[in-house]
Amino acid sequence: MSASAPSPSTPVERQQMSVDIVGVGFGPAMGGFLTTLSRQLLNEDGSPRFESAVAPGMPLQVICYERADGPGFGVSGAVTRARGIRGSFPDVDLAQIPMAVPVAEEKLVYLLDPIGASRRSLTLRIADWTIRTLGSLAGLCDHAVELPFTPPFMHKHDGMIFSLGQFNQWVSDQVTGSGLVQLWPGMPVSEPLIDGNAVNGVRLADQGVALDGQPGEGFMPGMDVHAALTVVADGPVGAVGRQLDSRFGLPEGHHQREWALGMKMVVELREDCGLEPGTVLHTLGFPEPEIFGFLYVHPDRLASVGIFIPSWMRSPVRTAYRYLQHFMLHPYLWNHLQGGTLRSWGAKSLQESGRHGEPPLAGDGYARIGEGSGSTNVLAGSGVDEAWTTGVQLAEAVIELLQQKMAFTRDNLEQAYVRRRRGSWVDAESKVAANSRNGFQYGVVPGLIGMAVAGLTRGKISAPENHQPVCACTSPLEAIYGSSIPASELKEMQEDCALRGASLHDRIMERIGWPEIPFDGHLLISHQDALLMGGSVQAPPGYANHVIFVRPQLCQNCEPKLCVEMCSGQAITRGEGGVPSFDREKCVYCGACLWNCRATTDGEHGNIEFRAGAGGLHSAQN
Amino acid sequence: MSNVYHIVVCAGIVPDPLQTLEPITTPAGPGLKNESMLPAVLDPWAGHALYEAANLAAHAPGSKLWLVSAAPKAKLQQVMMNVAQKASFELVPVDASANGFADAHAVAGVLAAAIQSISGLDRSRLLLFGGWESASRGASVTMQLVGEHLGILDQFQGVDQITIQPDGSFEVLERIEGGRHMASICQGPPALLGWATGNLPEPRNNPQIGMANMRTVMPALQKAKAAPLPQDAIRYLSVTPPKQQRQTRIVKDRPAGEIAAELLEWIAQD
Repeated sequence: MSASAPSPSTPVERQQMSVDIVGVGFGPAMGGFLTTLSRQLLNEDGSPRFESAVAPGMPLQVICYERADGPGFGVSGAVTRARGIRGSFPDVDLAQIPMAVPVAEEKLVYLLDPIGASRRSLTLRIADWTIRTLGSLAGLCDHAVELPFTPPFMHKHDGMIFSLGQFNQWVSDQVTGSGLVQLWPGMPVSEPLIDGNAVNGVRLADQGVALDGQPGEGFMPGMDVHAALTVVADGPVGAVGRQLDSRFGLPEGHHQREWALGMKMVVELREDCGLEPGTVLHTLGFPEPEIFGFLYVHPDRLASVGIFIPSWMRSPVRTAYRYLQHFMLHPYLWNHLQGGTLRSWGAKSLQESGRHGEPPLAGDGYARIGEGSGSTNVLAGSGVDEAWTTGVQLAEAVIELLQQKMAFTRDNLEQAYVRRRRGSWVDAESKVAANSRNGFQYGVVPGLIGMAVAGLTRGKISAPENHQPVCACTSPLEAIYGSSIPASELKEMQEDCALRGASLHDRIMERIGWPEIPFDGHLLISHQDALLMGGSVQAPPGYANHVIFVRPQLCQNCEPKLCVEMCSGQAITRGEGGVPSFDREKCVYCGACLWNCRATTDGEHGNIEFRAGAGGLHSAQN
Repeated sequence: MSNVYHIVVCAGIVPDPLQTLEPITTPAGPGLKNESMLPAVLDPWAGHALYEAANLAAHAPGSKLWLVSAAPKAKLQQVMMNVAQKASFELVPVDASANGFADAHAVAGVLAAAIQSISGLDRSRLLLFGGWESASRGASVTMQLVGEHLGILDQFQGVDQITIQPDGSFEVLERIEGGRHMASICQGPPALLGWATGNLPEPRNNPQIGMANMRTVMPALQKAKAAPLPQDAIRYLSVTPPKQQRQTRIVKDRPAGEIAAELLEWIAQD
């Protein structure tokens, strides 16, 4: 069935609960917050350092809700300098965390197109021709050139490679093991409780409802959890953060117009693959010039390998999965990956507006931390450590306010938290990074030059800002592929794919010369098999659909349907009457549909609501 | 006879069965590849037992429910974050391997000892629940052995339903061959019920239940005693995973009969 917006539910009586601090979303930012806070909740003699306002005599009551079924089920691999994380665990060897290893070698690699199907500009074609002509003199090997240096602003050479799933699991064990903090996975938060300009807590998602949100068998209205402080760390597509953005708006001049979809696999490498643990490869140039890639080598012959599809890639068909397979098949990488086995797979949206996307960091009764608060450094390509550090900063601020018996008002949080953040390396570096990616609005080469110039001048020089709303960022199909495929044939292909429910992107790629993927059943597998072998989507019954096509009539004539083409889990498919159909049992919560919707309602936002939902991808080695 | 029960549910944890599990040989014997990193869940069979126990306790005022689990403490803590939202219980943790290759006799001994150590447990009111089967300890004998350790003579396996009678006795439906049930009347506790799937859905996550449970779960986990299981009790000559073959494709609007026929043909190829 196609999803449509549920009608407003009748008011129902809800359970009420009061705690002192409620958190939304468990990731690195919340990890940093709870780690720092939980260490300060008791005196040395075991007595409460701060008495709970809601449970007199008891320590502060701190509770955090997470949508996924476990704190380690999230999907991402990361290389990070881990400055903030090390600061929180000065006596811990971080390499003891499963799949963690210090960075040993870091390379930036330009991948040429060994196939001849990549959409390269004249500038890049000239560059490629020059490199191929110079051959080994230019360092060409396996259709790739290892650049002689990595720009200093990209360096992670003193950092760590993590599996974020394993890292989050490890952190959650530490904080919940103290018994002072409660972390509840499998419990989505549907909305903030807003009274005037203040946030008073959160409302948990209704259970026992039909897909359209209407009460069904075993209806259990989501509980209202009241708290003096709500800590919002639900990431870039989280329901609570986005509702706060909608209600309170972004500061003047701020926008969230730059996104990327990261898709990756964890691969078990063959024994003689030749890659050492701690190896970090950053790539650019292939499968399309706009697509950046990475390969991080963990211990025990495991590697994270993946790509980023940016919102400024103007193609209206940009399916990540197919590109990921071609990326792995590039000779430079395939030499190492061949014979490997898929261990897990996943995808995640990244909010890449960085400082430009920063919402109000604090308000009456709430504070924002992590990626959803604009902490990602878009120049360094680093988000985990920054997110962690913002969590630490908020915890320090909370402790300061508690010590001074001051309320969690906007002014007090501005003074205690925002001031800390503004005075930190996170903020200083985000200023340098703020405009570093402006050039990508003009093309890949201007973007790369702009990044380099901004990085090398510490942000003093950058390309002028020209960010368009994401929904207006794509070009017509004819503009992208018109030189390779006649317009009439493109139209025919579109109609045929629409009729058969097939992927237009796959069809176009084959037409313009991308070879078929030689499935091997181990690493090169179909998209559907990746969903089965790379993890398993959990969609517990009794929750409503979380992807909503707000005005279905807007979807009817939207072509190509980028929400369908970009859906990482193939959960969105072509539905009846041109309105997409959503299957929550396949949704991996990557959130790509949210920012890839082109059927805009206001020129800025798409026609898709991404609401709170339960479950998501279970992935063993993420 | 008053219908007040002291219900003990034996529940192990297992690697999330949705994962691809790969047996390997470790220095300590057979194991699963990267077992410590695999997400864990409550053994699904024991989960049914827990939900039935919670339902029974809720309908028998004054009853108490304990959850006894032998598993690595850290993993058990992870699992409890989810399970503790579903039913009110008191956790009795034993810090031990949850490895499915452990000897069932040894596991049963550990569980029985943990049950015997429960303060305030009235053995005359004891209903011992567990999974009829297990997703890892699939020997189908562990619960029986626990019952024997505790001297429980009335044992039922493959249970799908328990119905309390006004006189304090209860009717038990056990699965038998042919898709049918055998109905038995038991005069009352003590009794052991190894559950099949039961009839109850997984309870909703209830934050208030979770909050209440966690006040006892975390201290219990911190005090959990280690109970090493003997490594040499059983020797495996070889371990082989079930053969897997995937050929996935999306088919729409095709009659179920045709799909079934194709599946049969595919299976017959093996």
